[in-house]
This record gives sequence, C-alpha cells and structure tokens, in this order.
Amino acid sequence: MHEWSLAEAVISTVIEASKGEGLEEIAKIKVKIGELQQVDTEIFKFALNEIAKDQGTSLLRTMKIEIRTERAIFRCRVCKNEWTFDDLFDIDEDKLEAIHFAPEVAHVYVRCPLCKSPDFEVVQGRGVLIDSIKGIGAGKETKGR
Amino acid sequence: MGMVIDPRLNIIDKRLYSIKRLIGVSGGKGGVGKSLIATVLALTLSRLGYHVGLLDLDLSAPSAHVILGIESVYPKEEKGIVPPVVHGIEFMSIVYFTGDGPAPFRGIDISNAMLELLAITRWGSLDFLIVDMPPGIGDAMMDVIRWMKRVEFLIVTTPSKVALETVKKVIKLLTELKFPIIGVIENMKIRESSLVKDELKKVAVPILGEIGFDIKIEDSIGDVNKLLESCFAVEMREIVLKSPEFKLQLK
Repeated sequence: MHEWSLAEAVISTVIEASKGEGLEEIAKIKVKIGELQQVDTEIFKFALNEIAKDQGTSLLRTMKIEIRTERAIFRCRVCKNEWTFDDLFDIDEDKLEAIHFAPEVAHVYVRCPLCKSPDFEVVQGRGVLIDSIKGIGAGKETKGR
Repeated sequence: MGMVIDPRLNIIDKRLYSIKRLIGVSGGKGGVGKSLIATVLALTLSRLGYHVGLLDLDLSAPSAHVILGIESVYPKEEKGIVPPVVHGIEFMSIVYFTGDGPAPFRGIDISNAMLELLAITRWGSLDFLIVDMPPGIGDAMMDVIRWMKRVEFLIVTTPSKVALETVKKVIKLLTELKFPIIGVIENMKIRESSLVKDELKKVAVPILGEIGFDIKIEDSIGDVNKLLESCFAVEMREIVLKSPEFKLQLK
C-alpha cells in the first residue's frame, strides 16, 4: 500500500496548487505513472479518490482523475544504448519490489543489456508526476502550472 | 513536459510534522566518524527515554545498519513505509532496498532516492530524528537543507587540519543560510591539541566536547549493547548530557 503515500502526495499537491491559482473547484487532474515504479493503478486510483473524499473540501468534490502509464526508457551513458522495462524480464520479484519503493535502486540491479554498465539514465517513466490540474476559479481555467 | 509537478515535494513537511527536532549529523570529509556519532547519538537519546528515529541519508555509502548490526529487517508497508524499530529506534535506510549491492548513483539519482524516502516514510511521533548526512556540501546536502527546513546540525570533525578545512566551509555555509548549528564534536582525539578550538574561534559555533580515539570501538560495531558500553559511547553520552544545546528534559 505504498501507493497510498504517493496518492497522498498528489492530493496534497493539488490542494496546494489550487490555492496558488485561486481555484474554487478542481475539474480534473492528469497523473502520469512511470512504469519503473510499478504502481498498482487500481489501488492508486482508489487511494486518490478516498484521500480526496477525506479532505472534506468541496474543492475536490467533482474532481475527475485521469491516469496514464508512461513507458520506462533507459539510456546507457557509456554506449548510448536504449532499452525498455520489458528488457528487465530476468529480474526477480524481490528486486522489482525494491525498485518499486525507490526506483533509483534500479542502478543496483539493472545493467545496460549491451555493455553491462550500471551508468544509465532513466529517460522517462520513473515515477509519479502530475501532468496537469484543471480547475474552475474566479473566472479562469488553469491547465498545468 | 516542463509543466509537470513532482508531488513528492509537497508531502515532506507532513511526513516530518510529528517530529519535534531534526538533527543532521554532518562532517566535512568522510571518515571522521559521522555515522558512528549519528548512530550512537540516536541510541543514547533513546536510552534516555526519548522517541528517536535514525535516517541514513548517506546513500552512496550507508553504514548505520552495520553499526546497529541489522540483519533481515524490513520496513512495513502501510499507506507508505513504516520504518522498523531496531534497538528501540525507528530506523530507515536505503539499504533495505539495495541490499549489499553497490549503488552507483549519480547526483540526480541520490536526490531522487532521498526525495522518495522522505515522501514515503511514515515516522511515528518522535522527539528526535537523527539524520546521518551525506559527506560534503554537494547535491545531497543542498537538497536536504531545502527539503528539511527545520533541520539543525551537529558537526563532526577530527583534530586534523585536513578535516577542519572542509568543516569550516560547512559551518560557514550553514551559518550563511541561517541553519542552526547545535555545535561541533571533536572526534578521534589522540593527544592534547587546541587546533579545533583555535580554528573554530572565528566561526562562533560551540564545541560540545571531544571523544578520544577508541582503539577498541571496532570490536563493538554491530553489537549495540557492547557499543553502548564502549569508551566512545560513554563520552558521547556525557557530551549529550552536559550540552544545553540538546535541551534535554531528563525522564
């Protein structure tokens, strides 16, 4: 249920952002989940809704949540090779779980399939990010920030 | 792409809300005994009756778990990560996830991993959270002071010009940024010398005390009871008890 803490972070950020933008109601948020973190989308969405309800604010009453998963892409800093999450098929469950908690731990367990270097970057698809917050404010509509 | 918001930044204050004091144990260089002081400080405060957490943020070279002698302990997953209570202290380290494998992190990876740990760790109500800081004043240090706004620092040095050179810079930086410095501990003292006292006169930071070079300390690494009986820990305890900077209300 580590998804719960990430969902809490999202809701807290949305509320904070809405204050800054003077929004009265949040219509929709778009959240991007990086494949590498292996967040359970169903649990995450459930948590987002539950935590939103718990806030007891009309701000989030009608909030729609759109979640999309972003593919993880790795790029080797040494040989420039690129690979995807699917290429990590030979990594066991325990290691994947460790990566789930802290995606950077991938540097311990993943190597460039070509040159075997641990010096790679996660180009995209690392973890949870808020893509946009769309709300209804004092006559203005906000997208992103 | 530039419009995305990282939600983790916003939750850190909430995660640290139930902690009364955050103490970052920092040293200029590696090898001055920062991790040992952080760990023994956490154990000492815990034995004095306080609720204490220990967070190892030296992600490239975590070692508090070695000092504590931790094996087969794992945090609990409960709406986040709940650190296990080890020898009376709540203990969090990247090592739960890296195991004993090397972690070749770049600066950006260290920042990201620290942010993740701070965002998902659910500490209990603590009197003190002791943070074993990464050495030096690189990315990691700059991130910690940005994210843990209430952090106070305990600085560790050895009576060596080599260590002091960097320690003075750390103190100057923290002073410039208006972060409170509890004081300096002079560790691994082997003979009388006023070097640290003289050098630190200019920076107006209290020297809390000195700890002699304990040749037997290595025998108690990984054995907490033995560790707490060591000369090192006894001296550490005296420093904690006599320094008003810790604001102890002994229970």
